[in-house]
Amino acid sequence: MVTQWHRLATALIIAMLVCSSAFAVEPDEILSDLALEARARSISADLRCLVCQNQSIDDSNAPLARDLRLLVRDRLKAGDSDEDVRAYIVSRYGEFVLLRPPFNIRTVLLWLAPLLVLLAAITIAIQVFVRRPPRSGRTGVPALTGEEEEKLRALLAEADKSSKKI
Amino acid sequence: MIVEVGHFALVLAILVAIFQMVVPAWGAHVGDERLMRVAEPAALCQFGLLAISAIALANAFITSDFSVANVVANSHSTKPLLYRISGVWGNHEGSMILWVLILALFGAAVAAFGRNLPATLKANVLSVQASIAVAFCLFILLTSNPFLRIDPAPADGNGLNPILQDPALAFHPPFLYTGYVGFSIAFSFAIAALIERRLDAAWARWVRPWTLAAWMCLTIGIAMGSWWAYYELGWGGWWFWDPVENASLMPWLAGTALLHCAVVMEKREALKVWTVLLAILAFSLSLMGTFLVRSGVLTSVHAFAVDPTRGIFILAIMTLFTGGGLALFALRARNLRQGGIFAPISREGALVLNNILLTTACATVLIGTLYPLVLEALTGAKISVGPPYFNMTFGPLMLPLLIALPFGPLLPWKRGDILGAAQRLMFAAVLAVVVLVLACSTFHRGPILAPFGLALGVFVMLGAMIELATRVRFGEVPWRESLRRLKGQPRSAFGTTLAHFGVGLMVVGIVATSAYREEKILVMKAGETTQLAGYALTFRGAAPRTGPNYREEVGVFDVMRDGNAITVLEPSKRIYDAPPQPTSESGIHAAWRGDVYVVLGDKQKHGGFTVRIFFNPLVRFIWIGALIMFLGGAVSLSDRRLRVGAPRRTGRAIAPAPAE
Repeated sequence: MVTQWHRLATALIIAMLVCSSAFAVEPDEILSDLALEARARSISADLRCLVCQNQSIDDSNAPLARDLRLLVRDRLKAGDSDEDVRAYIVSRYGEFVLLRPPFNIRTVLLWLAPLLVLLAAITIAIQVFVRRPPRSGRTGVPALTGEEEEKLRALLAEADKSSKKI
Repeated sequence: MIVEVGHFALVLAILVAIFQMVVPAWGAHVGDERLMRVAEPAALCQFGLLAISAIALANAFITSDFSVANVVANSHSTKPLLYRISGVWGNHEGSMILWVLILALFGAAVAAFGRNLPATLKANVLSVQASIAVAFCLFILLTSNPFLRIDPAPADGNGLNPILQDPALAFHPPFLYTGYVGFSIAFSFAIAALIERRLDAAWARWVRPWTLAAWMCLTIGIAMGSWWAYYELGWGGWWFWDPVENASLMPWLAGTALLHCAVVMEKREALKVWTVLLAILAFSLSLMGTFLVRSGVLTSVHAFAVDPTRGIFILAIMTLFTGGGLALFALRARNLRQGGIFAPISREGALVLNNILLTTACATVLIGTLYPLVLEALTGAKISVGPPYFNMTFGPLMLPLLIALPFGPLLPWKRGDILGAAQRLMFAAVLAVVVLVLACSTFHRGPILAPFGLALGVFVMLGAMIELATRVRFGEVPWRESLRRLKGQPRSAFGTTLAHFGVGLMVVGIVATSAYREEKILVMKAGETTQLAGYALTFRGAAPRTGPNYREEVGVFDVMRDGNAITVLEPSKRIYDAPPQPTSESGIHAAWRGDVYVVLGDKQKHGGFTVRIFFNPLVRFIWIGALIMFLGGAVSLSDRRLRVGAPRRTGRAIAPAPAE
């Protein structure tokens, strides 16, 4: 167990040495065409450095990250579209390099999750706080009659007024 | 010898905790007052023993006792005193000691200050609290014992990871842990209430100050971590959606929701079930955070503790408390009577919206963080979920929350008038539009949505102030009367205003620095000057320098603006002695308008150094905003009506309800 721990710790320290991110993009990599360079930066911000932990190639100074950055720039210079460049990188390194996972069968839950959770939360909230009069018959509590509704409204208005006074 | 005393105190603490877990709960069950009362001395005693344990460990670090394995692995005799102390919690074993110490501190605080709690509730709360202590103390003793000796003792230790040798990081874990662990009290209260089947407005009143204290510490702890990452990691970012950051953000989101929800429960006895669920979830997410960080299950820069056996142990603890808590909730929640009825447009309605959005955001972060792990476990496919995912999902959820935020406190309880609130906010809206127009005409670059983001931040800030102005009827009554009313406001009202103002300020900082940051990467030779964002930076050269436990190469930069010398920045590349690891220290000139941030890179073959310069506009607003949120919490906590043990004031009309 101890040796395993040590091995992992060593691996981690090596990863830190390689990936200390103070210097990522080097001056000699920067393209003279500013528009192209901006595209390269935005593409590489979304590509993962494979030897680092949770860093994009734009943030990492690992040699592999540099290779990938140069590759991205070469493809752009060759006239590829952003999408072409990404597809090319994925074809070589797999979907793992994409920090923004593509929408497919494997990630459908990931992408839809926020919406599903939001809808579920709204549904629960509506049930909790709108509290429509329960359907009579099922619960045995009859709905309010028009007269009762009127009375209730008057009572509530009264209560509102008195609470405002305080 | 002292180390053995600490070790022994830890063992005793477990025995006391087991006693505290069993006896008071049994007493509450059979209605024996004497048995219930032992909870208080037990909680104090447990805290005392763990304090002895922690002091013994700290002593080993301070005196560099290298016969202790943990000190050897994590300390070094040349390390400055501050980092020898912070080294106590800068490693896995020591940080777990800090964890249980804070846990026991909260328990002892309830025992000491919770004088007005009903006897059975107090007994049950302390019993649940003790059960958490038992689990974690056993975890320490069985898998992560910091008191083990090593023989023969080496001459010196391995040192603390240099990037952790930093003042902000010295205090980041204590705050963060106080936040995490503080939610244990809300959890214990929730479980105790479910056991007793009694849940009323008084319960919410008792829970709120503890939750607020935990939330404040978590807020400042996260902000410190972010600030540290900003200046230490050297690429000028302040949030990376790193799994470990997410692990602290999730309990914060749940805790924020809980804080707002408990207001509704206290004032209106509504949303009971939901409040209890959030109390359980907030602590469960804290446990999950501990699990994610401590188990090393996620590969991230923070994962300095990597050991699967520990991970499985914490996973078991997490399953036990989360699963047990939720099971009890499922059994008992249906029997809870729901309180006050309210219309959708009302203060309660606004707080429900707040809860919907915060919990959805929390769930999104949770799913984004765990999805790759689950997918890999199930299908073997490896995917990455990085910052783009979180920005695309978290952002849109925060948008309606921020728009609705100023409206909430302006709506009265039960049923409100959205148009009336909108009218009061007109001034804020107009100024926000002015900001929008100004931003659009000033910045011709950056995302189109950025000016809207700035306007939204301003809207939230002004909205918070308008709410206070409305309370004192500023402009409607003579200013003397307004002043008198201002003095009469409960402190929690000021707390709300401050905290919401802090949120707005933070939004402005986040949007400005994300959208309008400027960057330059170049090779500079001594004597060369470069321009960025209206500043002129002249590189004067680099020279070696020796620190207490490191050597460094320091670059000197003169910073000028409009021909005036502003400051001299000295970014450096450091190599620490033990362990020999390079770090980069950035040179930062902090100002209201933004930070000039310089990083020194490698020496080039043909002379000169690689230099990376950033201008991060308004970036300080992010941490100042967090600090103001913290202060808002502190002001609110000092409110007499919230203070633990303060009796309800009677015989006097209750002031208008604070909004939180």
